[in-house]
Amino acid sequence: MANAIAISTIDADGRPIFHDATGAHHPENGTLLGFWLYLMSDCLIFACLFAVYGVLGRSYAAGPTGGELFDLKLVAINTSMLLLSSITYGFAMIAMQSNKRAAVQSWLAITGLFGLAFISIELYEFHHLILEGAGPQRSGFLSAFFTLVGTHGLHVSFGIVWLLVLMTQVGKFGLTAANKRRLFCLSMFWHFLDVVWIGVFTFVYLMGVLP
Amino acid sequence: MSHPSPEAHSGHDHHDHDHEHAHISTQGYAIGFILSVILTAIPFWLVMNHVITNSGTTAFVVLAFAAVQMVVHMIFFLHMNAKSEGGWNMLALIFTLVLVVILLAGSLWVMHNLNANMMPMPTDMAGMH
Repeated sequence: MANAIAISTIDADGRPIFHDATGAHHPENGTLLGFWLYLMSDCLIFACLFAVYGVLGRSYAAGPTGGELFDLKLVAINTSMLLLSSITYGFAMIAMQSNKRAAVQSWLAITGLFGLAFISIELYEFHHLILEGAGPQRSGFLSAFFTLVGTHGLHVSFGIVWLLVLMTQVGKFGLTAANKRRLFCLSMFWHFLDVVWIGVFTFVYLMGVLP
Repeated sequence: MSHPSPEAHSGHDHHDHDHEHAHISTQGYAIGFILSVILTAIPFWLVMNHVITNSGTTAFVVLAFAAVQMVVHMIFFLHMNAKSEGGWNMLALIFTLVLVVILLAGSLWVMHNLNANMMPMPTDMAGMH
């Protein structure tokens, strides 16, 4: 980008024309790099929340501990939902590569359903915890837990909204270059959330139940 | 470098748009998925069946599995490599990782020290709350 050489010439009307002589400029590069930078800044938000959980994760205030509250079977199901949604999104990208519009739409729909299942299970867990009196106001541990896991869940929810918008876009305008670029951005977002979830189930749930 | 022809200025629009998506393959996703399932199942099994009695060792092993799985996701799902976006992706990632390590290690270290060096609260004062 920095070493792209622009050679200017004058067209018939006397206006300058700038040529990208090295061909380094690519309109798609800008969006994907920019979106990657956004994901990295999002990563810092999650790092802060992980640090908070790391500091407060054992401050139970004489309340329930992770070992008493967490149902690892439920977490395992939730993890598999997110992992399955990652691979189905991958299939949508592969279908996109060969311009199979119907296949892209079906795989996106399946991805959305897995995402919805993930959110539903998480909301069920939150509801269950709050009913047990283990809401975010109970202890430092639970405040940090709800903030971290809730922020991740909020990201997934917005990812589902974005997915629905893109399905409408693809349905209306087809697999245009712009829509492909958008699908690629959502792909990065979706897989990034799966990476964050690896941190959540390891650091919060698995390590949380260890005595 | 030859003088650009009149058509040259629109030349870059005709680049293969799938150029940077070209490395997406079913095989890559399948390998990533199988590795992820294995790398997820083992830590869950370790913790749920209390395979290792020492908590510290279990935590270390589980964290190591998470780190490996994150790399697997980065390579097979996020298609990271040193060359994507002219290396800027990797540079941004390394910079972020450095910040994350400073943030996590620094917070835990400082707060642990603070906690360890805190003067114990006298019991009569604690009873006032």
